Amino acid sequence: MVETSAALEPVDRAREADAPHSLVVRFGADKPLKLDAGVDLSPFQIAYQTYGTLNTARSNAVLVCHALTGDQHVANIHPVTQKPGWWETMVGPGRPIDTERYFVICANVIGGCMGTTGPASTNPKTGKPWGLDLPVITVRDMVRAQAMLLDHLGIGTLFAVAGGSLGGMQVLQWAVSYPHRVFAALPIAAATRHSAQNIAFHEVGRQAVMADPDWQQGRYFAEGTNPRRGLAVARMGAHITYLSDAALHRKFGRRFQDRDNPTFSFDADFQVESYLRHQGITFVERFDANSYLYLTRAMDYFDIAADFDGVLANAFKDTPTRFCVISFTSDWLFPTSDSRAIVHALNAGRARVSFAEITTDKGHDAFLLDEPELFAIVRGFLEGAAKARGLESAHR
Amino acid sequence: MLKQLKQDLTMAEIARLPGGARVDLLVVAEMVERGARVLDVGCGDGELLRLLAETRNVDGRGIELSREGVNEGVAKGLAVIQGDADTDLADYPDDAFDYVILSQTLQATRQPRLVLEHMLRIGRHAIVSFPNFGHWKIRLQVGIAGHMPQTDNLPYSWWDTPNIHFCTIRDFRHLCDVAGARIEKAVALNAWGRALRFNAPWWFWNLIGEQAVFLLSRQGGSAD
Repeated sequence: MVETSAALEPVDRAREADAPHSLVVRFGADKPLKLDAGVDLSPFQIAYQTYGTLNTARSNAVLVCHALTGDQHVANIHPVTQKPGWWETMVGPGRPIDTERYFVICANVIGGCMGTTGPASTNPKTGKPWGLDLPVITVRDMVRAQAMLLDHLGIGTLFAVAGGSLGGMQVLQWAVSYPHRVFAALPIAAATRHSAQNIAFHEVGRQAVMADPDWQQGRYFAEGTNPRRGLAVARMGAHITYLSDAALHRKFGRRFQDRDNPTFSFDADFQVESYLRHQGITFVERFDANSYLYLTRAMDYFDIAADFDGVLANAFKDTPTRFCVISFTSDWLFPTSDSRAIVHALNAGRARVSFAEITTDKGHDAFLLDEPELFAIVRGFLEGAAKARGLESAHR
Repeated sequence: MLKQLKQDLTMAEIARLPGGARVDLLVVAEMVERGARVLDVGCGDGELLRLLAETRNVDGRGIELSREGVNEGVAKGLAVIQGDADTDLADYPDDAFDYVILSQTLQATRQPRLVLEHMLRIGRHAIVSFPNFGHWKIRLQVGIAGHMPQTDNLPYSWWDTPNIHFCTIRDFRHLCDVAGARIEKAVALNAWGRALRFNAPWWFWNLIGEQAVFLLSRQGGSAD
């Protein structure tokens, strides 16, 4: 049984969803978001953070795309958890994505719960949270919304788009949807489609949420409940897929938690159990259960080749974008073979592509962690791209 | 005699790095038109790509098998991918490049003929450089001393060498015939990696050329 904790009350999370600690742009009835589901979302809002300064030529903008449970708080203290930003090792002054040189933007995705319109946001037509009345969102919808944000900011072409996992999917979708707005693309630990195994894992997570009686058919805000246990279990299962057998063994082995002997009960005897429970509990404090359903669904529906008669290479035919594809040896959720498929398609499309596989035992989550080789590659790739783009170096 | 050979090899190693670039790479670079689209197959840490970018202003890409080589190349800002010459050339469309270069890698491929055919398909030109197994020192080591050769270019013991398809200059010309390649230019290099610039019959190159560099195009293709 997962313990409950002093989680944010539903009303507080709803507040973050509608009036976040972020910059917000609101699009009115004149600018609807045309969703793949065939309906217009209007009005809607996007919450985003920026770092660094946009140069006068407006040519140094880097869009960072966040992953499933990430948000726009890339490189600042998170307003809800008070923890450092999720990619502070990558983004910041002197970091590989150097905010002294680039103007970095990160927006909460459509369907998210940190201030961009999602199921926890208030539906203006009813005055209540959208819940499951929100149309199903796709990765293409997320990218379309980000393009509207860039229009609003007056940024035509991005110097680079970077992200891992779902963020990497958005990077690839950016290059396909708006090839002339992306100078350089960095899809990390990503794929051009979600595999059957990954859809299966997501389905288990969603079923865990929906099996929690507190989920209340998605109307938990109205009922004053919160499906904490279901969402925590979903997170625990998913978290295992982000690591690797080797990393779990290195970190926890079979060691006991605060005890020398097993208790002959179903208490968290093992460190790895305790760790997963902690991951589950802290996650529900900051994340909306319905958002989890929507965003996992968006990943499941992602399949770039499907939009090009099943021929992935056609998606990237004669693309002007330069790519740096990165994978990790121990990532079994988005394995190197997925990245290699991207590279093959890019080669067939005559794209300029770099591809590196980084040796690590940290699994899928390696893109978020301290991986010096990852930093060196991202830095070097951006350095080369900046030279080609004619961006001045930071120290001139 | 062995002592003399060793001295030669040390000399060759020193001569190989004047100003940072290997001399044999300069010979390859000379064959490439300025501003061309180039694919370097087996690009190592990207030294040739860098040289080509700096001296010939090419749009260069690389494929490299070793992960360390790739990651070093990408970190230098080069467009290098981790891949295998034997399997990954099939992905590229016809005529994707002006030049496809295979520098000191042919002998390590599993299917040299297939690799060469792909090179001629995806590039208007192919440039192949390889160690000449017909060189007199190698012939002496096999024929007189009776052991597998080890030289500066081929430093491996027979049991741990990645080189599985050695050939002589004569053999390579045969492969060109079989694979439908037209030889536009061929240069033999001495032990110091310098081009031997005088006229001589093929059998002579095959004896004194330590390495060879061939510029090829598709037979029947309109190369220039």
